Amino acid sequence: MRVSMDIELKDVPGQMLLALQPLSECRANLITVLHHHQKLTPRKTVPVQLVLETRPENIPDIKARLEENGIKVVRVGEHRFRESINVVLIGHVVHTGIQDTIDEIDKTGFAEVADLTLSMPGIDILSSALIKINAVGKEEIQKSLNILKEVSAKKDLLMVLPIDVQA
Amino acid sequence: MKTVRCSIIGFGAIGQGVAEVLLMKKEYLENMGLDVRVIAVVDSRGATLSPEGVDLADCLARKKEKGTVAQEKITGLEVIKSIDHELVIETTPTNIETGGAGLQNMLAAFEKGLDVVTSNKGPLTLKYRELVETAKAAGSKFRFEATVGGSMPVINFAKEVLAGNNIRSIKGILNGTCNYILTRMLEERASYTDILAESMELGIAETDPTYDVEGIDTACKLVILANAIFGLDTTYGDVDVTGITKITPEALEMAYENGHVIKLIGEVSRDRIHVAPRLVPINHPLAVGGTLNVASLDTELAGEITVTGKGAGSVETASAILSDLVSIYREQ
Repeated sequence: MRVSMDIELKDVPGQMLLALQPLSECRANLITVLHHHQKLTPRKTVPVQLVLETRPENIPDIKARLEENGIKVVRVGEHRFRESINVVLIGHVVHTGIQDTIDEIDKTGFAEVADLTLSMPGIDILSSALIKINAVGKEEIQKSLNILKEVSAKKDLLMVLPIDVQA
Repeated sequence: MKTVRCSIIGFGAIGQGVAEVLLMKKEYLENMGLDVRVIAVVDSRGATLSPEGVDLADCLARKKEKGTVAQEKITGLEVIKSIDHELVIETTPTNIETGGAGLQNMLAAFEKGLDVVTSNKGPLTLKYRELVETAKAAGSKFRFEATVGGSMPVINFAKEVLAGNNIRSIKGILNGTCNYILTRMLEERASYTDILAESMELGIAETDPTYDVEGIDTACKLVILANAIFGLDTTYGDVDVTGITKITPEALEMAYENGHVIKLIGEVSRDRIHVAPRLVPINHPLAVGGTLNVASLDTELAGEITVTGKGAGSVETASAILSDLVSIYREQ
C-alpha cells in the first residue's frame, strides 16, 4: 500500500538520516521525499512529506521508531491523488517504449499513469494512446506534463494536451 | 452624399466577394450617405478602369467567362500610384515570406495618403509595425478585420466593442480547413490523408494545403492579433507551431470516448503565442465543428466572451471588408 506521511524535522544537520533510518529498518520502500526547507513551521521545524510503499501492519512500527528518533509525525494517510488529467500521445508509441514513458511518470512518486488506452492500427502506421495521469496536486500535474513533454520530444511523439493546461 | 472612390486590387474569390457585396449593399450604403464608387478592378493580368465607376456586374461576368477582368495592361501598384481615389481594397493572395504584391501595394497607398482595407495576412504578419506607423504618419486609415477569422469579428470586436476591457488572452479555432478535416476524420473514422483529399475536392483545402494543415495560417492570424490587440511587435518566428498532420482517427475516437474532441487551437496572450492540437471538452464553447471558426476572449471586466462564425468564403470574408469600409467612412 502506498502511504503518505507528513513529518517535521528539527532544523539542524543530520535529521534526515534519523528520519530515513526507521524506514529502511522496517523495509518500507521510499518513493518520494519532499523537503520544504524554506517553509519552516511556527515551531521552527522543517516540514517533510514522504511517500512510501509498505504493508499497513508496519505503519505503527515505523511511526514509533520515527518518534523514538525525535521526529514528529504530523499525519499518516493513504496516499491520495487528487488531480487527474488525460493526454493523447501519437507516434510510434509502442516501438519507442511505452513502459519507459510510464516509468518516467510513476517514479516521481507524486504522480502515476492510472490508465492507458492504446491503438496500433498496423506496422508503420502511427499509434495513438490516451493516458490518464493522477497526481497529488495541480503543481504535480504540471510537473508530470513537463516530464512527458521531454520524453515525447525525445521519442518524436505528438502530445495533445487539454485546452485548460499550460502547453 | 459622400463619394468614396476605391480600387479593388486582387480579384480572386475575396475580391469578387467584395464586388458582389458592394452590388448587394449599394442602397444600404447610399442610405448611409455613402456612394462607394469602384474606379478600378485589378487582377494579375490587368485592370478595368473607369473614373465614373466600373460596372461591377460586368466585371464579375467577364472574370467568370474569361478568367480575367483585364482590359488595360496596368498593375495594382500603378493604379495606386497614378489614379486618384480614396480607398484601396487590397485582396491579393497572402505571401508570408516576402509580403508579396500586397506589401508593396499597401506601402504605396500610404505614401499617397490613401486608406487601406485588406484581407491579406502576409504583409501584416511580416511588417505590422512598419505598416501601422506608415499609415499613421500619412493620416491613412488602415483596417484588416478580414485577415483573422473571415466573417467572424475579432479585431474590431476586441478594440471597439470591448474597448476599455483589458484582454488577457484569446484562444480559438482560426482555420476552417483544419477544423473541417478534424471534424470529418472523427465522423468518418477516416485517415488524415483521405479527408484531406476530400477537402481538396470540395475546395475547402487548397492544392498546397501546407499553410493550413501545418498551423502556419493560424500562427499568422495570432501574430496579427498579438500586434493589433496586445500591442506587441511579433512576427511568425515568435510562434510555437504544431499542425494537424499527425492526428490519427484512433486518437480522435479515444478522445471522443473520453468526452473530448481534438481541435487545432491558437492561443495568444502577452507572454506566449502558441498553435497546437488540443483536447477540448465536447460541451466547451470552442468545440465547434465543420469549417467554423471560433474565438474566446478572456477579458478583465466581462469575463470570457466567445464569438463564432464562418472563417472563409468569398462573401463572408467580404462582409468583414464591408464593415471596415463602413466604419472608416461613416463617421467622417
